[in-house]
This record gives sequence, C-alpha cells and structure tokens, in this order.
Amino acid sequence: MHISYFTERPYRYVPNDMVIQNGFFGNPNKYFDPVKGGQLLNEYLDEKLLAEEVGFDGVMLNEHHDTSFCMGSVMNVEASVLARITRKVKIALLGNPLPIVGNPLRLAEELAMIDMISGGRLVSGWVRGGGSEQFASNANPAFNREYFNEAHEVVIKAWTEPGPFRYEGKHFHYRFIDPWVLPIQKPHPQIWIPGLLSPETVEWCAEHRYPYIALATFLPPTVDLWDFYRDAAARQGYQVGTENFGYLQKVYVAETEEKAHEIAKYDMFGGAGIGYSLFGQPQWMFPPGYNSRQATRRIARQFSAPDSTQGSPWATAASGGTQSAQETRQNISAAQVQHRSGIWGETRDSVDSTRQHIFGSFPEVEKQFQIICGTPKSVLPKIRKVLECLRPGIFFFWQNDGPIKREDRINNIRLLGNEVVPAVREMGKELDLKSPFEVKPGSRPLAASGKAESVGSLEPLAGMFN
Amino acid sequence: MAQSSQEWQEETLRVDQTDLLIVKGGTGKPLLVLHDEMGHPGWLKWHAALARERTLLIPLHPGYGRTAAPEWIRTIRDLAGLYCIMLRQQKLAPIDVIGFSLGGWIAAEMAACNPDQFRRIVLVAPAGIKPSEGEIRDIFQMMAPDQLRSSVLDYENTPEFTSLFGGIGPEQFELWEDARAQTARLAWQPYMHNPSLGHLLEVVDTPTLLIWGRQDAIVPLNAGQIYQRSIPGSKLVTFDQCGHRPEIEKLSDFLRETQSFLA
Repeated sequence: MHISYFTERPYRYVPNDMVIQNGFFGNPNKYFDPVKGGQLLNEYLDEKLLAEEVGFDGVMLNEHHDTSFCMGSVMNVEASVLARITRKVKIALLGNPLPIVGNPLRLAEELAMIDMISGGRLVSGWVRGGGSEQFASNANPAFNREYFNEAHEVVIKAWTEPGPFRYEGKHFHYRFIDPWVLPIQKPHPQIWIPGLLSPETVEWCAEHRYPYIALATFLPPTVDLWDFYRDAAARQGYQVGTENFGYLQKVYVAETEEKAHEIAKYDMFGGAGIGYSLFGQPQWMFPPGYNSRQATRRIARQFSAPDSTQGSPWATAASGGTQSAQETRQNISAAQVQHRSGIWGETRDSVDSTRQHIFGSFPEVEKQFQIICGTPKSVLPKIRKVLECLRPGIFFFWQNDGPIKREDRINNIRLLGNEVVPAVREMGKELDLKSPFEVKPGSRPLAASGKAESVGSLEPLAGMFN
Repeated sequence: MAQSSQEWQEETLRVDQTDLLIVKGGTGKPLLVLHDEMGHPGWLKWHAALARERTLLIPLHPGYGRTAAPEWIRTIRDLAGLYCIMLRQQKLAPIDVIGFSLGGWIAAEMAACNPDQFRRIVLVAPAGIKPSEGEIRDIFQMMAPDQLRSSVLDYENTPEFTSLFGGIGPEQFELWEDARAQTARLAWQPYMHNPSLGHLLEVVDTPTLLIWGRQDAIVPLNAGQIYQRSIPGSKLVTFDQCGHRPEIEKLSDFLRETQSFLA
C-alpha cells in the first residue's frame, strides 16, 4: 500500500463572504497579496517535508487556476522544488491539465526534469481541467477531450520514441521532437488519473492500465465505478487489483474529539461535501462542449428543473451521476440546490443563511465519510471501513483545506504520521492492498472463465447510510 | 417551437459528404436563410411573412441540431465554403441571402469568397468583425438562458421571445448546448470574428443591407459601422429600442426594410 499526503494549498486570506457570494473562481485578484501567498507556498513546501519526515510514502500536488481554492497554478514549479528538497517520497502530480497546457512537448520536458532531479520519484497524472480552467487558459472547451488525447500521445511519444521525429496531429504540430531531457523511470513514470467518477475517464484509464484515483467521492458510487473499471479492464483482457485504484480521504486528527471537529468544520470551505458547490458558478463550470453528451443530458435535466431536489449540477460535477450516487447524496445536494441556486439563481438567498447551511451540513458530510475526524485512535475504525469497502492500493490523506491555522495543520500531519499512518499501513498489509509499485497495474491475468472479480464491495457499508 | 406543417417541410441535401438538413417553405424566388449561433429557432412570424413571396431555404448548420458536423469544418470560412459548394451544386446562384448573427458572418464570408453568387445580401447584426468600440459579448461565459435573454433588449416584453425561449425543457437545453459547443469549435478564438474579413469584403459590390438594433448587447453597433465601411455601397439601417434580434423585437420595421430591399 502506498500512503500519500495531500492538501489543496489554499490562499487563506480571501474574504469569506466573497467566496460564499461568488464561489472560489472569478474573484478579482486585487484580493491576492503575493507576499502572503509566497509565505504560504513556502509553508506548504515545508509541510510536505514534514510529511516525508513523519513517514508518508508520497506527497501529492494538484493544479488549479485563478482561484484561492488552490495556489498550485503551475504545480510543476512546486514539484521541481520538492524534487530537490525531499529525499524518498514519491511526488505525485494529479494531475497536469493536458487540454490547457498548450504545448505538451514542453510539459514532457518539465516532467522529465522533475523525474531526473528527484532521481526517478515522479508519478505523473493527467486531468482534463475543470470548466473554469478552460477559461483561465483560453483552451477551447469543445476540444477538451481531443486536446487531452492528443497531448497525452505527444508526451508519451516524446518520452518513449527515439528522436528526432515529426508529429502532425489535429491540434498539435511539431516538426522536431528530440528532447534532451528524459525521465529516469522507464518506459516512463507511472501515470495515475484522478477524477470525480466520470465514466468516460474511468474507461480510458482501464484501456491504458492507469490506476484511477477517486477524489474523495461518495463511497457507494465509487464502488460502482470500480466495477465499471473492472468490466472495461476485462474487455482489455486483464483482472483489476488493488493496484488499479486509489482514494483520497479527508482525515482530521487532534488530541481530542472536540478539537478535531472544530478544525475539520473549516474544511467545509475547502471542498468537502457541500463545499464543492462553491468552486465556481455554473457558467464557468460547464463551458460549451466541455461535457460529454451523457453529462450534458444530466446537467440539462437539472438546469431545467432547478427547484427540484433530485440533485444539483454541482453535486453531479463533484461525484459523477449514477443513480446510487444521487440517492446517497440526497440531503447534501438538496441543500446545494436550495442555497447555491438561491445565491446564483434568480431567487437571492442571503450570505448568512448559505453559510449556516454549509456549516449545518457538516454532520451529514461526516456521516457520509466525506470527512473523517477525531483522535488518532477514533478515526481508525472509519478509515478501515473505507479500506475494506474500496480496497485501494493507494491511499491519500487529504486535509488542511479551508481557513485552518498553521499549528493545527502541523499538528494534524504529525499525529497522522506518528499514530495513524503506521496503523493504516498495518491494515493495508492485513487486507493485502498492493500498490502499483508492488504489482504492475494490468498485469493480473483474467480468469479462464473470462469472469472478472470486483475489488470493492458495498458489504462493509451495510446499514451505514440509512 | 412554433411550427406549422402547412408552411414548411424538411429536405436532405447531400453536399460534399454532408447530409444537410434544409427547412424549406414558401413560394417564389429562393431566399437563402442562415440561422444564428443558437440554431434554427422554428418557423416564426417573420419566416411566414417573407415566405409569402419567397421560398425560404434554411439549412441547419452542421453541428447545430440534426445535421452532423464533418471533421473538416473548423472555421466559419470552412462552413461558408460548404454553402458555396451547395449553391454551385444546386445551381442556385445568384441567390438572395439573409443571415443572422453567426449566420450573417457566414454570409459575409461567402460574399468575400465570391460576391457574384449573391444577388442581394441582408446581414442582421452579423458577427465576424471585431468592433473598435465595445466588445462582442462573450456568450461562452454565460449559460444558455442568460445568453438568450441578453440577446434582446426587453425579453419580458418581446412576445415571440417568450413563446420561443420561455420554457426551458431538457431537450431544448441540450439543443442549445449542441449549438453552443459547435459555435465554440468554430469561433472560440479569435472570438466570433475573422481578422481578415474586413479586408476581404472590399471586393463585395453586391447590394448589401445591414440591419442593427441600436441597443444590441451581443454584437455592438460599432461592428455594423465597420461592416458598412468595408462593403462598398452597403446600407446600414438601425432600429432604436432594439437588441440583437430585430426580426422579433421590431418585426414590422424589419419586414418593411427587408421586403423593400429584396423586392
């Protein structure tokens, strides 16, 4: 089992009311102070060093643009620093937004250099980028999938095919590919794909034998999607294993239950549960042509009946759109529909009432395991449930989002490293959760019967969400 | 969608390798109608009025609704090229044309390519030229219902607007998203204009009428003035208290100007 540490690296000095009013994306950057931002970026780098020191196997970075939600606007810069200052941790970039980088050959070079400087510790993930990211880089959203596929091809070819050669695609054109920086890891660094349960992406992962990393999605639909991957893998002729799956789990620990809850509650502004709905307003989250036809159909249903409680467009974006997902999320998404649509739609809701609902849904978010918090001892049975249910070979502790003080962040990391990670590592051994560093993804043969077995199971959750 | 099967029917025309759906209605000399960036809105009052004297030919642009989009059409000029092929193949040239917004841009590209294929040109608030004052509204940073509302000056008091766009069902929403996605493919960057179009229009000596709402919030009137200067001898008619859709906002003025120009 591979155990990694992740935080969004938020800019913490953003006016809270403004985020509730507008969402994270699209606020004027006059509210951004680069001196404070620089201080924070250094603190986050130091926290990654601490994570290595206290025993995490890896650190993860991600990328977002034009938002106080996450300052990793060019995460390869952060990764370059980490490549030099860390010694053993894997550096997982989940992921570089392929459709918006514009020049995938340069991306291949940047990543190769990170792998070289780190001595072969890079894990390179790809994402499509959120809707807002397409605006932030002026990437045509209607070509998002095409850009993704083609940029991926350029990077892999640049890493694996001897140069110089020419590449002429639909969107990217190179007359001379011959990079004199190449990854140490052969044929190339491991590629993991993070996501929010888009079936199209899961299928693509299965085809490429890339592990899929679910970003703190609700557990029942995540199990469904594991099976979707299993079936797609079977069509490719292999049996999935724990090495094909990773999961991000929000975990907050402190010396007492009360303190842990007090801190974790602020994460409601950092992306957990209802917090997703704060990411960006719909015109930025759903740009034209960005979504697949099926996803557009789901959104169309929801936008055409904005007052219904069947689920909100934001909830769909956050956690896929399967039937069971909708059932599981009903309470949370109802709150989203009523209050986000209230703020951004025609019936104005007040900032205070929205704030109350965001914090008020914390018990529900905790019940759904969107956040696990408590003492190092009390969180373990819940983490074990997650491991039994999803059986991920890669497990990320995600925390320290929202307005959380530095000493609390450091305390979280220390307590996790000293008391939680060792116990979780033991669970991983006991449950035989093999990481992609132990078993090559896609290397397990399919049973002669052709029938593929599930990796995840809803059984450990029996009765929990009723 | 306001439809009457009495007044129009659909035909499929094979052009290049594209099965182009064409809405056809009316009687008299053909009039090519190029719809806007949200797709063919259905048979409206102005269609019915013009169809009394003209046979309207309304191709559903590839990628907008039910005509599939061929891979090779990547710009508005490509799309204009497809219609140039269609006119030649069907021996329709010289023909009268009326284009709305993005459809007006297509017509302008066709004229710049070969002005002789048109007898008269009516461009209603066409996109295609970057205004020097103001900006073409970024419709991609709006959801479809907001985009539509901002396309008229007063949506609550534009009767045909309400009957067309008032109810948002999921099917309608999907059609709009199809149209918006195809518009993004064709016109994301440079946004809704072609930097060379103004120069190329200088060859157009075909009689051209430009119609603009003075309060157009999508393509500012200034773009109309540049169009007018670019097309020698063209005439710019403006309506006060009117947005981007003169054909429904100022129906009688629109019909008077259009019918007299096309007569």
